[in-house]
Amino acid sequence: MLDHASARTDTVAVFLRRRRHGNPWLRFLLRRTMRMLIAMFVIIAVAFFVLRLSGGDPVRAALGATADEAVVQARRDQLGLNDPLIVQFWNYLVGILHGDLGASLITGRSVSELVENRLPATLELAGISFAIVLLVAVPVGLGIAILTQGSRHRGVEVSFTGITGLIAAIPEYLLGVALVVVFAVTLHMFPVAGRSGPVSYVLPVLAMTVASWASLSRIARVEALNTLSDDYVRTARSKRIPAAWVYFRHALPNMLTATLTIGGTLLSTMIASSVLVEKVFNWPGLGSAFVEAIATKDYGIVQGLALVYAAIILVINLAVDIVLSLLDRRTTLLETT
Amino acid sequence: MRSFLTFLRNPLGAISAVMVLILVLLALFAPEIWGAQAAQTDTSALLQGPSDAHPLGTDGLGRDLLLRTLVATRLSLGMALIATVLGLVFGLLLGALPSVLGPRVQRLFSSIISTWLAFPVLLVAMLTVILFGPSSASAVVALGLTMVPSFARLAQTLSSRVGGSEYLAAARMMGVSRGNQFTRYVLPNIAEPIIVNVTLSIGGGLLALSSLSFLGVGVQPPDFDWGRMLSEGFDQVYTNPTAVVGPGVAVVFAGVAFGTLGESLAAHLRNQGRGGVLSRRRLGPAPRVADRAKAAADGALLTVDGLSVSFPSATGWVRPVQDVSFSVAPGEIVGVVGESGSGKSVALMAVAQLSAAGAAVTAQQLRFDGDDLLDLPPAVLKRRLGTKIGVVFQDSLTALNPALRVGTQLAEIPRFHAKDARRAAHAKAVAALDDVSIDEPERRSRQFPHEYSGGMRQRALIAMSQIGKPRLIIADEPTTALDVTVQQRVLALLRRECEETGAAAIVVSHDIAVLAELCQRILVMYAGRIVEDVDVRLLATPDKLAHPYTRALAESLPDLDTDRTQPLATIPGEPPDLSLPLVGCGFAARCAFATEQCFAQTPEPLAHAHAHGGRVACWHPQDGVPISGILGEPTAATATNRTTQEVR
Repeated sequence: MLDHASARTDTVAVFLRRRRHGNPWLRFLLRRTMRMLIAMFVIIAVAFFVLRLSGGDPVRAALGATADEAVVQARRDQLGLNDPLIVQFWNYLVGILHGDLGASLITGRSVSELVENRLPATLELAGISFAIVLLVAVPVGLGIAILTQGSRHRGVEVSFTGITGLIAAIPEYLLGVALVVVFAVTLHMFPVAGRSGPVSYVLPVLAMTVASWASLSRIARVEALNTLSDDYVRTARSKRIPAAWVYFRHALPNMLTATLTIGGTLLSTMIASSVLVEKVFNWPGLGSAFVEAIATKDYGIVQGLALVYAAIILVINLAVDIVLSLLDRRTTLLETT
Repeated sequence: MRSFLTFLRNPLGAISAVMVLILVLLALFAPEIWGAQAAQTDTSALLQGPSDAHPLGTDGLGRDLLLRTLVATRLSLGMALIATVLGLVFGLLLGALPSVLGPRVQRLFSSIISTWLAFPVLLVAMLTVILFGPSSASAVVALGLTMVPSFARLAQTLSSRVGGSEYLAAARMMGVSRGNQFTRYVLPNIAEPIIVNVTLSIGGGLLALSSLSFLGVGVQPPDFDWGRMLSEGFDQVYTNPTAVVGPGVAVVFAGVAFGTLGESLAAHLRNQGRGGVLSRRRLGPAPRVADRAKAAADGALLTVDGLSVSFPSATGWVRPVQDVSFSVAPGEIVGVVGESGSGKSVALMAVAQLSAAGAAVTAQQLRFDGDDLLDLPPAVLKRRLGTKIGVVFQDSLTALNPALRVGTQLAEIPRFHAKDARRAAHAKAVAALDDVSIDEPERRSRQFPHEYSGGMRQRALIAMSQIGKPRLIIADEPTTALDVTVQQRVLALLRRECEETGAAAIVVSHDIAVLAELCQRILVMYAGRIVEDVDVRLLATPDKLAHPYTRALAESLPDLDTDRTQPLATIPGEPPDLSLPLVGCGFAARCAFATEQCFAQTPEPLAHAHAHGGRVACWHPQDGVPISGILGEPTAATATNRTTQEVR
């Protein structure tokens, strides 16, 4: 139907026709949501099949080696573990869609209930930390870039890179341990663990933020340097408007796109490191429940929580994509074409 | 090898290399030397704090923590290394192979990798370890797997850069087999960045593995790595807080070592061939002209006297503008012409006080509308200049801010300088757009620059330069990016604006035809200096021009009478390297009339009030000599000169 020469013009025609129908931004949103759902499905499938096919009998493991074979079989029937695998998967999927993320194989407590109780604490910790990181790292990066552009103030540049390099190499859990040792155990300035009142937030949030702050402010500096050497910054300077206006109204929005792209990855990473920080501070969030379930080999909870974590990451990525598309219309339009 | 030595001269690179060396030596020898001692339990010294016998104290079984920390180097480092190698091998396969397999496969791989990459390394590693069951081996495999996508992405980016390259296309056309394409063309070109990433990954992997061990899903007792030791120490943090010091310091030390080494390597690769920039101390003061009597202002709007602009480089100051002097009368339109790199834009940006950060601008005087711009502190300067200088930039796409609406960018000037309210400022912006014949200015003012055509953007820029009613307009190659018909409109617009407002203008171009149409006077720049300052009408009669370079330029300009059977005239040779001090006339090496004097002494345009009424910086002004003498066969008179040049 199409020969090679006309294929190109046809694509253009299709594109033009498509543009007339529907909002490109909406289609972008739709595509990203679809991509997220597909990714989620793949993850659920992998988690389900790998866990079923590997490792021995979860019921036997939960009930112990001495349990009666009849009891084990009864429990297997009860859990539907004797059905064909594909039926089990279907039931599992339907369950997830109804908010059933499985249950503990040991205590029988439902994962959904656990999530309901624990998720807020985790989101709070990660959210506060992320907000602080963004609010501090971006201005610092911009400030250092302004100071060091055109290879001025080499001393500032070297010490900034050196210090942030050192800080970024301290893993969150290790900083957490150090903070506990110094400020809680030795100086008794802050509580050692738990979530009770504003003071108890200080150390965990600090542990979460410091390393991320260091790496993000380095990235922000590089982005700011690129932005400041862009032509439109010179145009803005040619208008002799206040310097602060040039930096915040002209440079900041342009460096934000790239910084936020990386910031999104950073937020995902912070969700992951919150697992360790929660363990260190015994924070009543998903992470400490997760670590506990790993320690007690409670795979029902591990599997359920793993899905919750995966979903959080996917939602974060989608949200970052949406925010970026709002900030930078050009990219969005280009991508949908 | 030499490259490695220059790398070590960088202090951060050297320090990190030594740190990594220490770690490698410890990993190799510590278990052999202290392995037995570190495993020795001592029930009389359980959970002790620091002492002479045990500088970092002991653990729950009375084992020396310092020795255990040192011995643990092997396992910690080894696991990170194996994981990285695993990630590298599979990542390379996943990422680099599709580049020779065609676009469809590439797209599929790319979307798999981006979804995979979206998951934090630590989380994926934790889940994988749980699937495999907690052990050192599964931690290593898990971490290796999580590294696969980032290596694949890297290899993909790099190899698609290579895959799109001309040399690979050439290899394909010559029928090189796919295997050979990969090993001979793709791999060598992606090796260096991958080495950098491997270094960074070992550091990252080390930290991630220690996290896994800390969680209890990595190394299992009786084996121990730093993470495991931290986990054990943390359990007794109340009774013996110093137990976490040794492994904690070790983890950070290793993280910093590999992280800094990787970054220094990356910086080194980036800078290869480019070189860094000398420190201010080694650069010395910026070059400037020797003090001399200041030129009189004589009613000029702008007086530039002895302007030099210099940039720091790896070898010293680069001087794109050296001792430039000229003046502009009120209402006058002056053109500046010269080839790329002649310093014309740099000089005018310095006049407009818009030099790039790090540039050193010096001058005898830089007088504009009664103020010496170089004497004023920045804050005062900004207030004095206000909207008196309007600038039209070269590339309208990059000169407008992509994130702001065009109207907003125009309205900034009345908002800040006339202190207009937002609404009034916007009305002025719309009026300014209307004035440069942009249709539907109200709607257009609410659009972003990328929604404009090239010609519209350039007109919007002119509107922006006009909105503050400037006394001087500096237009930096205002028509370069435009096609010929749009060029004419933009030029007409620029001329009209100057006529209407009585503003003076300096128009920079490498296109002498553009200037001939617009200006009254042109300045010819070569190698950072003004070589001729002449009435524009003389361009039509090249034999009345004095400088050999100007004559060559005017001659190379084709018109309808040009004999099209002859090749267009060009000027042989290259402009001089401005990072080296320039003695004598910059054009001497390309000039048919050059003599000893031209190479030894710099001709001054000031000293030469020339016969044609302008200024010429040349020891041998050519007004009388036929033009063929410059470009064609040398005449008898110039042949001797050429000999002198060759002898040099």
